[in-house]
Amino acid sequence: MTNLIVLPMALPIIIGIILIFLRPYIKTQRAITVIGLLTTIGISGYILQSVYTDGIMRLDFGGWQPPFGILFVADSFSAILVLVATIVTLICTIYAFSSIGREMENMYFYSFVNFLLAGVNGSFLTGDIFNLYVNFEIMLLASYVLIVLGGKKMQLRESIKYVVINIISSWFFLVGIAYLYAQLGTLNMAHISQLISESGQTPLLTITSLVFLVVFALKSGLLLYFWLPGSYSAPPTAVAALFGGLLTKVGIYSMIRVFTLIFYHETQITHLAIGILAGATLIAGSIGAVAYKDIRQIVAYNVIIAVGFILVGLAVMTQEAFEGSIYYLMHDMIAKSLLFLLAGTMITVTGEKRFDNMSGLIRNYPAFGWMFFIVMLSLAGVPPLSGFIGKVLVGQGAIEAGSFILLALAFISSIFVLYSLLRIFLNSFWGETIISFEDEIPLRKGWMVSFGLLTILMFVLGLGAEYFAPYVADAAYTLMNPQVYIDAVLND
Amino acid sequence: METLITILSGVLVTVGTYLLLSKSILRVVLGTAIFSHAAHLLIITMGGLKTGNVPILGDEDVSAFVDPLPQALILTSIVISFAVTAVILTISYRAYQTLGTDNLEELRGSKYD
Repeated sequence: MTNLIVLPMALPIIIGIILIFLRPYIKTQRAITVIGLLTTIGISGYILQSVYTDGIMRLDFGGWQPPFGILFVADSFSAILVLVATIVTLICTIYAFSSIGREMENMYFYSFVNFLLAGVNGSFLTGDIFNLYVNFEIMLLASYVLIVLGGKKMQLRESIKYVVINIISSWFFLVGIAYLYAQLGTLNMAHISQLISESGQTPLLTITSLVFLVVFALKSGLLLYFWLPGSYSAPPTAVAALFGGLLTKVGIYSMIRVFTLIFYHETQITHLAIGILAGATLIAGSIGAVAYKDIRQIVAYNVIIAVGFILVGLAVMTQEAFEGSIYYLMHDMIAKSLLFLLAGTMITVTGEKRFDNMSGLIRNYPAFGWMFFIVMLSLAGVPPLSGFIGKVLVGQGAIEAGSFILLALAFISSIFVLYSLLRIFLNSFWGETIISFEDEIPLRKGWMVSFGLLTILMFVLGLGAEYFAPYVADAAYTLMNPQVYIDAVLND
Repeated sequence: METLITILSGVLVTVGTYLLLSKSILRVVLGTAIFSHAAHLLIITMGGLKTGNVPILGDEDVSAFVDPLPQALILTSIVISFAVTAVILTISYRAYQTLGTDNLEELRGSKYD
């Protein structure tokens, strides 16, 4: 049954290609997308369960035994992220049904959503570092199209910056791979790890690891986030939610994978650098989140704060901290998509972008307003919502490792998150309403369904943390003990 | 030979950086294209230049052949950079049509939109 682990990537690609031929039939496109994504969710859930019961799964393409061929490896960490990413994509697509507009649906929108998901899932599952680069490019090419689809002035302007910055970071990725190949002569991540642990992490390898750090910092927005607020506020709401939920997470995943599996010998250099960058990201993101009055900017800076927070877990390198980071990654994919959807909907219904121009929305849209309140509490880490358990475990790990500065920054940033979103809530939802009941744009059913599903997921993740604990603990254990991963790939 | 090619790749990076820092979109796009050539040259140099025959299957001595893997990597990477260059050229052309400028200074955007 190991052939199954190619499906989270292969299925979206096949569906995306089929949809190209069904261009005029929008209803059929929607139906096929939903069915395909539901199937992918089912398969990812099954993969997660069987990884938990039978250990890490591996698929060697073309029967080439590792370390020679390309391979997919599913450990608990990958499987969890694949599952959550697919669920988030499904919900954002449901939102898109009633918001994206006929022109874009006709211009292969659903195909590109599927290609984006294929790239994301492929990046999570691959066990080969060059294949990781290829999957990044699949994801990025789809995202280039999605960010510019619609062709508004702002989209075109921001997409040029987004594309150029990503080309540069992909170039760094290639250079890093070249240096790594020159020193070790292999591309299989488990084999690289084994060779490094046999020969020791030489200074040259440490320098190479810093090249990878730059690459993934650019992709995930770890301090090098200057491109992020602009490009995440340009595309339509559904696309922005997909980007906010998925794209930076792929960068974070790759960074965690590379710095736990391959470059974990010189932690006083690499992980110190990650720690400093994460701390600086938390500070800069917090300042950005309270500095703007444009809702989209505030929401984008919230993404940056979360990146810093998750990578605190990587910097301190303890079992608890990794569990916390994984919980927080799951939570953040769900909560950030919801936040982007809500913020985009606020702009749609009021026609304003600054929160001080909105007022009294809760009178017009009570359920909508309370969902914003819930996501705010969840992002601030209030129990029993999903942000709480991640924050506790990252904090616990940081105390265990004695990184009190990172601990303080991580928790102070939560207060900034709460403050920045509370400002939006108080200004836009309370007070005198600016929309009279005649002018009120009714919230479409599809919007409420997607908000509702994401809110329920936040409660499920928060209240059911105990149920997910074994999977998360298994994922964190594999991250802490790279030998488990190496054995599953090479000595099986 | 490896040293020479490494220097060449360094020169290409210099040229690419120079183009990337200019204000015209088209120059930036060309800069990224030259960047990718530099990376491809670097990969093939890192795999070792001509140290043996063309790679073929057989049970002869493996060390008699050139490492085929970097060539496969470059092939993949060339295709990707070709696609990316096509996409960014299209976006740049459309941006030029819609925004009426190809000057990146003017594409900065204002605080109020």
